[in-house]
Order: sequence, then structure tokens, then C-alpha cells
Amino acid sequence: MRRPLLWAPLALFLLIVGLVVWGLRRPDDTTIPSQMIGKPMPDFVLQPAVASHPGLSLADLRSGRPHLINVFASWCIPCRTEAGQLAELKARGVPIVGIAVRDKSEDVARFLGEYGDPFERIGSDPRSQVQFDLGSSGVPETFVVDGRGVIRLQHIGEIRPEEVDSVYRAWEQAK
Amino acid sequence: MPSLRGAKRRGNPAGLRILAGLLRFARNDGIGLLFLLAAAPVFAQSALPPSPYAYTQLEDPKQEAEAKALMESLRCLVCQGQSIADSDADMAGDMRALVRQRIKAGEKPEAIRRWLIERYGDWVSYKPPVEPLTWPLWAAPLLLLGLGLVLARGRFRRRRR
Amino acid sequence: MIAEAGLAALWIAAALSLLQLFFGAMALTGTPILPVSEAHGEGDRPKGGGGANSAVGPSTAFGGPPPHGFDAGRTSSSYARAVRPVAVAQAVLAGLSFLILIQLFLRTDLSVELVASNSHSLKPWLYKFAGAWGNHEGSMLLWVTVLALAGAAVALFERSLEERTLLATLAAQAAIGLGFYAFLLFASNPFRRLFPVPVEGNGLNPLLQDPGLAFHPPTLYFGYVGVSIAFSFAVGALVTRNVGPAFARAMRPWVLTAWIFLTLGITAGSYWAYYELGWGGWWFWDPVENASLMPWLATTALLHSATVLATRDSLRAWTVMLAVVAFSMSMVGTFLVRSGILTSVHAFAIDPRRGAFILALLALYIGGALTLFAVRVGTVKEGSTFEPVSREGALVLNNLLLTVILGLVLIGTLYPLATEAMGVKVSVGAPYFNLVTGPLALLLVVAMAAGPLMRWRRDRLRAVAGRIALPILLTALALLALVLLAPGLPIFPFLGLMLALGVGAASLAPLWKRNLRRTPLFTYGMVISHLGIAVSLAGMASNAAFTRETLVAARPGESVRVGPYSLRFAGVEPVAGPNWTAVEATLVASRGGGSFVLKPEARAFSAPPTETSEAAIATRLDGQLYTVIGKPDAEGRWQLRLWWKPFVTLIWAGGAMVAIGGFLALVGRVRRERRTRLRHEEAKA
Repeated sequence: MRRPLLWAPLALFLLIVGLVVWGLRRPDDTTIPSQMIGKPMPDFVLQPAVASHPGLSLADLRSGRPHLINVFASWCIPCRTEAGQLAELKARGVPIVGIAVRDKSEDVARFLGEYGDPFERIGSDPRSQVQFDLGSSGVPETFVVDGRGVIRLQHIGEIRPEEVDSVYRAWEQAK
Repeated sequence: MPSLRGAKRRGNPAGLRILAGLLRFARNDGIGLLFLLAAAPVFAQSALPPSPYAYTQLEDPKQEAEAKALMESLRCLVCQGQSIADSDADMAGDMRALVRQRIKAGEKPEAIRRWLIERYGDWVSYKPPVEPLTWPLWAAPLLLLGLGLVLARGRFRRRRR
Repeated sequence: MIAEAGLAALWIAAALSLLQLFFGAMALTGTPILPVSEAHGEGDRPKGGGGANSAVGPSTAFGGPPPHGFDAGRTSSSYARAVRPVAVAQAVLAGLSFLILIQLFLRTDLSVELVASNSHSLKPWLYKFAGAWGNHEGSMLLWVTVLALAGAAVALFERSLEERTLLATLAAQAAIGLGFYAFLLFASNPFRRLFPVPVEGNGLNPLLQDPGLAFHPPTLYFGYVGVSIAFSFAVGALVTRNVGPAFARAMRPWVLTAWIFLTLGITAGSYWAYYELGWGGWWFWDPVENASLMPWLATTALLHSATVLATRDSLRAWTVMLAVVAFSMSMVGTFLVRSGILTSVHAFAIDPRRGAFILALLALYIGGALTLFAVRVGTVKEGSTFEPVSREGALVLNNLLLTVILGLVLIGTLYPLATEAMGVKVSVGAPYFNLVTGPLALLLVVAMAAGPLMRWRRDRLRAVAGRIALPILLTALALLALVLLAPGLPIFPFLGLMLALGVGAASLAPLWKRNLRRTPLFTYGMVISHLGIAVSLAGMASNAAFTRETLVAARPGESVRVGPYSLRFAGVEPVAGPNWTAVEATLVASRGGGSFVLKPEARAFSAPPTETSEAAIATRLDGQLYTVIGKPDAEGRWQLRLWWKPFVTLIWAGGAMVAIGGFLALVGRVRRERRTRLRHEEAKA
């Protein structure tokens, strides 16, 4: 038997241990980022989710100015906690549109009444179709889309108070 | 447990309560090897009825078989450890509906897979792509067999000279 | 005070484990055979000349009295005499400690943190009992208890192994034990007190309150830990350079025992996944499942290579390597499960700190063993070479295929981690594993059919072909029948069905033309295990090829068809259990004449809030009818998921047969060893 071959199992084992040590130290990240960043948003038309707001389509996003798309649902708890942050962004001049995922009109209306309403338009996405288009894997998620309809940023999870600035900057850069 | 982590980030009150409960049990749950696939925690489920084709089959058995094979190889986005064919999550249901509708419309399964990979990356497919990063994975069967044959050859007597 | 007594017993057991290691090491180094420096000296020796003798070990290679003189010899032998009793005492104390933990759970002593957070005074007796290991600390205590018991069993019952190798084996076993004692005492003390004492406990996760689930983990643990004995034997053999047929024969029953438990654990786990998940799948290539499959593959290979070593005194280094690999896979499995490093659908304690501790132990033991292997095994000759057409030739093929499959499962399981290190997330799942392991597994099954029909040493291809003619004929008939009766099957189910019949017949062939009453028990064991594999293969292929699925939304009163059955959905009603509420559907199934009722449930637990589907499964001779009720829609219809799965039960029946065959082989081997030993002793007297 050749000598180096005898050390091969140990070398392989150390390689695996090294890999696993890296795996153990890596931050716990199970998010699935969208691969659509930098790509134009596919064509879509969503019916209004509530009577008080118009629906949403690609044409509305290609109006020349960047938008924030907030993907939310009335049945999602973190969505409630980001209402304040969305209101602040709106106050700073960011136009926000919403996509209500798998939601009922009356539930969305109640949600807006209880937690505030920063939205210019709210499209209803009852079958998650536009969510799939965006490469979004849950609610809430927030996207920055520039004036030509190109997706610039995906923010996964609710916007925390300390994250408002970075979202705002991303919106500014999309101008 | 499906969606333990998903629920951390998103979810409804039930989801959060489950999370607390799960963490409490998870911390002390030593049944490591337990095959506990049972629990679909009540996470972020909406009140809407499921999409058509989320829980119903295509009429054409051949198309349904194609759809089924594809669904078994797509990973559920919220539950993470399951294929969309084995998951009760709403989003998995919507993905099943998407797959069935597109198959019904005549799209090829691999085209649908590509469409999803375009949006979610290779992660979404349980069938790893063949590309530079994964060639060792696909070459492994031949490499290991070759190595094994070389090692095993030494065990055998040469044919009589 | 009882918890303190348990902790004290654990500490003393740990101390005894240290003592066992020390005594073992002293007994071995007391005689002059083993200075470490000599290992290098030996290794540098030219390879060609040594002959087979260098592997036979010190007893023959260095026969005669130790040159260090009388004193050293006496001390070392008194150390040696102490090792066995210490091993037994350690097991008694570890066992005592575990019994005390069970006692604490049975009386629901809430002043103990572990009990308070995992039990409840109103829980049924069985779950209090099983609750003792239904948590991290308790299951680790079970781990070391089994380890200590296994060590004691080796100390008490192992007679055929050479004494020095046995001492080294017990020392190695103690070394493994020490690490896990440290893990328990410093990182997961099961006996920690809680103050103030709570009024009531947290209860056990309702999902764990299932008699099957209560006993599934210990089964797998016995398997995992049992493999540690093979590891200790390998280390002992490497340390004393005693790798030979006697070593293989001594190791075999222990490996067989662990293998039986692994087989049972995996089979049972697969069935529970099947009936609990509610989608009819029985294997998911989930990391945690792979973690239990990999030790099984390695142990299966080890069993077969040990047979070659025992019979033909060959594959020495390879067998030692497999023993190390098998235990590595057990530890890797424990680690993967405990650390939560890979995303899995299974519930387990995710605790990076504990994961790191196990990883450190793993690196220490496996790294150490592999280093020892690299240093020492160069002096071990591989032994005689083989003819390609021979029993040992077939066994080499078996080992080759099993190891390649093992390697592929390992690579597939860890690959996502590797690509993530390079910044890309990929998933490796069923499509990959089925594609790469499927052909190899089918090849392996063919080898399994032919191998036992070959003679040791040398056989003629024509003679083998004659013996296997009937199975080949059956395979051809199956091929014909499949082409005619079930055209258009996918390739793997097709090949699986085609081979299953022939392979099953070939498995029985070793019994043909033999006097059945004089056939040794272990031959029966082999036959039944191999037949079990064929049976399981038939089940898998039949399930993949012929399953009929019906997914519908049905109103009460409607009838649905699935496979040969017609099901009438009679309606739903609410039911309440001890800690859950459920919607229960009533389905009346009929095929031809009679009918029967199935009642699938959708359960909702409140603490923790969890929904489970309780599938209702009707088992018939030719398959299972699997029914699940889902959610209602807005129009008053209910989601029904129905499957007719022809012969799916064969999957687990085959698994059980494999385990039963293993058990028969174990009994047969142990009985023969004992008879041989008695005959030897008589001859001496």
C-alpha cells in the first residue's frame, strides 16, 4: 500500500470538519433572496384589494419615479409592526404601493383601519402570482422599483425602525 | 419542524405562539433522530380557500404525472425542508397551482423549473443544476466508482500468465 | 436527594471510565511490545518481506516472555485484571444514574429542571417513562448508558478475542465514554435542580406522545452506540496490530447487534414518516434521514467485509477502515441532528454550543482513529488476493457498491453546505439521490443475488450460471409480464419490479438441495435478510409504479374513486381528545362486495399550537388505502387526499425481515462460537 493513500481518509475527514466548522459559525440565514434584483419587473395587472384604493399594474410603476412595493397580508403579524416605519417613509416623500397576498377585501380594510394606511395603491394577489413574479418568498417583504420598473432592492421581513434610513437611501438611489 | 424559521420572520399570532412553544420544546427536545414530520405548525395561513389545482389534479393523467414529478423536485419556500408536493403551507399550495396551470397550458416542466430558478435561484430546485460549481457533485458517482475499482483491483489475482 | 444521587453516580461512572482507560493503557504499555516510537520503526520497514505474519499480532510475532523482566509483567497483568471489573462497575453506575432519572420522571419530581420542563404530573405513565429520554439531556444520558453497558458486555462476554486486543478495545471504549461523560456533566447535566420549584411541569410535546415515537429514538441510539464497539475493536486491533480472522469473528456479533437496531430504527422511522406526514411518502432524503442511513450503509459493508476477513484472512486494513467509518457516520449523524447545521424537516434541539461540543468530540475521536490508522495500518498486510469469480469477489463488489453509495449520500448531504461557503445556495434532494444511487443499488441487489451462490476461493462462471439459472428465468418472465401487462413504466420501478422476483428466488437458492435441518442458523439469517431486501425492493418499486392518487374537494354525500376502491364521503364531525380537537371525516370504502369505514382526522393541538393530519390507513393483503382530510373551502367542500398503494407494506415488511435475519445470524454465530470454544476447552482438559 502506498503511504500517502493511508493519510487520504484523514485529509478528507479534516476537510469535512473544516466545512462543518464553517457551517456552525456562519450566521443563521434561511432567507431566500430574490434573483430579480436589477431586472425589470414582469408585466402584471392586479385588481384593487379594497374599494378605497386603485389596483396595481406594471404601468403604474413605470411612471418615472421610484416606488416602494410592500408585499403584505392582514394575517401576518410582523406586517402590523412595520406600519409606523412605512408611515415615516411616506412622510419623507416615498410613494408606497401595496400587494395584499392571499387576502380578503374586508380583512385588508380592517387591517388598514387598525394599523394605518401608507399606500397609494393596493393590488390584490389572491394566488401569489405577482409574489412569484417578484421572487418573493414570504410576507412582509418590501421592494424598491425604479421609475422604469426595474427592481432595485429586496428587503426581507418587516422594516425595523433602524432600517428606515437604508430603505430610504435605496429609494433615493433609484431616482 | 417545517417553517420554524419562517415563522420567526413572518407569521400571524398563531405563528408566533407556535414559535414560542416550539422553541420551548426544541430547546429540550433531545429526540434527535426522531422522525417527526408530522407537525405542520399553524403558520401564516390565510383565510382564503386554496387555489384551484393546489389540492386537485389535472384532468389529463399524463399531464398530472408530469406536474407531480416536477412538484416533487421543487422546494417549498416557507417550509424549507420539504418539497411542495408534501407541504400543507399556503405558498406551497400556490406553487402547486402554478405548476399545474402551466403544465396544463402546455409548458414543459423544465421550462417551469427554469422560470422558478430565475426568481429564487438554484435553491428552489431539489435537482441541482449542472454547472461549474456543481460538477463535483455530478462527477462524484464516476469518480468514486473509479477510485473504488482501482483500490479493489489490487485485491484480485492476475489472470494466469 | 435522589437527583444528587444520580449526579453522583454519573460522576463516579465518569471517574471509573477514566480509570478504565488508565488501567487499559498501563496494562498495554507495561509490556514492551507497544512503544509508540516502534510504530514508526515498523512502518519504515521494507514492505515486501514481512509476510502475513506481521499482521497476526504480538502474540505470535513476539511470542515468549516480555524482556522487561518479571516486575513489569506482574504490574501490567494486575492492571489488566482490573480493567474488566472497572468496565462492569462503570456500566452499573451509569445504569443506576439512568434508572434514577427514570424514577425522577415517574414521580414527576418538579424540583429537577429537566422534569419540570419536559413532563407533567397528569401525563400517562408510559409517556412519563419515555419522557426520560424524550429530551436532550436524557437522551445523552441514555447514549452513555448504552455505551457503558456495551463496554461491560464486551468485558463480560467476549472470550474469543486475544487478551491484549480486548484490553485496548475496552480502553478505547472508555476513551469514547469519557468525552460523552464530560459532555453530560459540563454541558448538559440532566439532574440540575430548579428553584423555586414550579407547581406544574411544561408537559411533553404532544407530538411525542405516541407509543411508537417513544421507542423509536432508543432503537436508533442502540444502533448508533453499538457501532462504537466496532470502532473500539478497530482501535484495539490497530493498537495491538492484531487484525486477523479472530478479530473479525469477535467483532462480528457486536456489529450485527448494532446493525439490527439500525435496521429496525430506520424501518420504523420510515413507517412513522409515512403515516404521520400525510402525503404518502416514505423516504425523503432529508439530512436527518441520511444521517441514519449512512451508518447503516457502512455497517452493512462492515458486516460483509468482516466475513471475508474471518473466512479468508483478507481485507484487513479495509475492515478496520470500515469500522472507523461506521462510527464516524454515527457521530456525524448525531452531530448533524444536534447542531441544526442543515435545514431539515425534523424537530430537534438546535443548539450551536452543544453542536460544537459534539463536533470537538467527533474531531478528536475520528481524527485520532484515522491518524492511528494511517500510522499503523501500513504494517498490516491486506492478506491473500482473490479470484474474480468467487464468494469473496462478490463480497468485494458488495463493499465497493455500498461504500460508493455511502460516499454519494455523504457528498449529497454536505454539498449544499459547501456551495453555501462559496456563496451559492443549492438544494440536493430526491432527484439527485435517486438518480445516482438507484443504478448502484440495483447493481448491488444483483450482486447480492449471485454472491451467496458462489463458492469461496474459486468458482467457475458456468457453474454459477447453472445455479442462478432459475432466478434468471424468473427475471425474464417478470420482464415479459411487465412489458405485456404494465407498459410504459418509469425505468427504476420497472427494473426494480423485474429484479425483485428473481433476486428473491436467488436469495432462497442457498437453501436448495441442502438438508434444511442441518443448515446452520446463520445461513438462514443471511437468506432471510437477503430475501427481505428483495421484498422491500418489490414494495418500493410497486409503490412507485402503481400508486393511484386522487385529490379532490368533495361535499358530504359524494363518492370518489381511487384505484380499485370507491369511497363515499359520509360527512365530518368534531371530536375532542385529551389535548386536541379535531375534525373527523367518515369515509366508507368499498371494492366489489363488502365495505369498511375510514376516519381520517385533522387535529389541532393548543399547546404548542400545531396542526397534524392523522391519516386513516386501511391495510389489505395487496396494499394500503391511505386517506387524509384537509381543509374546507368556501362552498362547504372538503379537501380529500386519497391514495391506493399496492404492496407498499412490503417496504417495511422487508425491513423487518432484514432485521430478523440479522437476529438469526447473530444467534447462530454466538452459538457456534460457544460450541467451538467448549470443544477447545474439552480438548484441553
